[in-house]
Amino acid sequence: MTVSTGGSANLGAYRVAERRERWLLQSLVVPGLALIGLIALAPIGWLFWMSVQGSSGFTLDHYQRLLDESYLRTLKTTFELSILVTVLSIALGYPLAYLISQARPRLAALLMLLVLFPVWTSLLVRCYAWLVLLQRRGVVNSWLQDMGIIDAPLKLMHNFTGTTIGMLHIMLPFMILPLYASMRSIDRDYMRAAANLGASPVRAFWQVFVPLSLPGLFAGIIIVFVLCLGFYVTPALLGGGRVYMWSMQIERNVTYYADWGAASALGVVLLALTLGILWAVGRLIGFDRIVGGK
Amino acid sequence: MVAVGLQATASLPISIRSITKRYGAFTALDAVDLEVDSGEFLTLLGPSGSGKTTLLMVLAGFIRPESGTVLFGERDVSLAPPHKRDVGMVFQNYALFPHMSVAGNVAYPLKLRSIPKAEVGRRVREALELVQLGTLGERRIDQLSGGQRQRVALARAIVFEPRILLMDEPLSALDKKLREEMQIEVRNLHRRLGLTTVYVTHDQREALTMSDRVAVIDGGRVRQIGRPRDIYERPDSRFIAEFIGESQFLPVVLRDGAAWLDSHRLAVERPPPTAQGAHLLVVRPEKLTVLPAADSGHGLNLFEGTVKEVVYQGESSLVYVSLAGGLELSVRRPSRGADAVPVAPGAPIRMGLAPADVVIVPAELHP
Repeated sequence: MTVSTGGSANLGAYRVAERRERWLLQSLVVPGLALIGLIALAPIGWLFWMSVQGSSGFTLDHYQRLLDESYLRTLKTTFELSILVTVLSIALGYPLAYLISQARPRLAALLMLLVLFPVWTSLLVRCYAWLVLLQRRGVVNSWLQDMGIIDAPLKLMHNFTGTTIGMLHIMLPFMILPLYASMRSIDRDYMRAAANLGASPVRAFWQVFVPLSLPGLFAGIIIVFVLCLGFYVTPALLGGGRVYMWSMQIERNVTYYADWGAASALGVVLLALTLGILWAVGRLIGFDRIVGGK
Repeated sequence: MVAVGLQATASLPISIRSITKRYGAFTALDAVDLEVDSGEFLTLLGPSGSGKTTLLMVLAGFIRPESGTVLFGERDVSLAPPHKRDVGMVFQNYALFPHMSVAGNVAYPLKLRSIPKAEVGRRVREALELVQLGTLGERRIDQLSGGQRQRVALARAIVFEPRILLMDEPLSALDKKLREEMQIEVRNLHRRLGLTTVYVTHDQREALTMSDRVAVIDGGRVRQIGRPRDIYERPDSRFIAEFIGESQFLPVVLRDGAAWLDSHRLAVERPPPTAQGAHLLVVRPEKLTVLPAADSGHGLNLFEGTVKEVVYQGESSLVYVSLAGGLELSVRRPSRGADAVPVAPGAPIRMGLAPADVVIVPAELHP
């Protein structure tokens, strides 16, 4: 047979064609990558650059200042609030996501709509709505007083409580969505198998359903916690200046003191902490599990 | 197989009495009565939507029927929740817990029963050895092949020594060769343990291979129940004859206590049915014999026609024949020995059907 010369020439042509196709396909991501580079990576680089620039060139002064007690207190508040909101959003979100995942399709769609509805409303509008509800003579306090449950109005806003309520409300959908997605993908035969093997509904729930929903739970925790760390609007409005978050320190440095170096250093620290947490969680449970791999 | 401790435990008979289940206007189970003997391997065979899986789910307790009773031995389990029924079950997709290892899966039902740790270890080992997976206990489920998952599911279903085993199309996800191996293996396991087994399948060959008895289900009812040989050789309705194996039907007339095909009186072994109405002769292609010209075919029912086409299929050939009066018939000839009586398209052909192989059924699908 005399296929060898013709065969190898063909092989080369196939390779060229294949490489061309692959390049064409991969070139589709260029606009997306360019955008990310332009609006995310470049500013971050600039931020980092500014955080180490003083009046006389390179300096670490901005970072040194962050060791001050007032900044550490802010960092503590930020973490406390973020952890509290995350824990509460699990406590409220898990049962709700479970209910939606087990409901009949039409009821599930309705409940999901209710969960998503707040997301479609402006963040600012929702915060002001909470102000109306939670103020001294607001809806909540007048109800409680009318029903005789309390004598004097509760302090529900301009403090830690109000900030927690507001942030919880805003974060809840971000906990419910990944939880729901992961619960929906749990085959009902798993629960049937557990029951068949002798597990009561409660044991089957804790020993089979909850472990299988963990990827969604971890995804929810990460999203909510990371969003909380950098949250600004709600603490600023509902905290009334008494709940000081890291993001508010950044804002103060820029607007009051026009100190871009200090603000940049604060930003870099927040970014580093966030990345550090993501890395630690990824090491602990594996990112592929969270984003839906095996 | 390795000699291990899992022994035949006392198994229980199942008594299904008048179970009815409706979904809206659709009747999934229509007053089903069924008795499964202790230690018997009974297969529920039927097309999809026939109600066979629904019946299995009623036995497992996952579906509550509208009416009727289920007894396991003397115990009425009609209202018992699934986790109190103590039956083993192998699911179609195996439903192995992905967050547990192989051994973890098999140990799970034992842990639920608060069995001491040392005994759990021993019984898990025995169950895994029984299904020939002795060394894979530490594997994760997603590291197993389809056949191995099947075995783990089986081990998990029998490790807590249930008296009854339910299987829902457990082999349907495997490829043909592995499926046939597992059929024999499940059959042998059943013989060793003597568990009362209810097995659901839509694969008739699987049903015939594995079962002590087969219950053919259609439209929410048991249409015929019997040993595999009886179901195949003696279908009592057109539906059964059509559903199991290859069947062709020729119209017959019942008159004077005999069956007539045109003007030929059929030679039969068993007397034909006495019912009124149109009837059909069931002819399976492999029951016909092609007769050499010299053979008078004495004692056989004879069919004469012209060869239309011969299709070679390896171990056998299918010969399509045109009969007089526009009827058609096909005959299956084993390839071995086919040269003795050559057939060719266009040539005349004579075929014989033994009286013992004559089966006559009513013409309606479900009499």
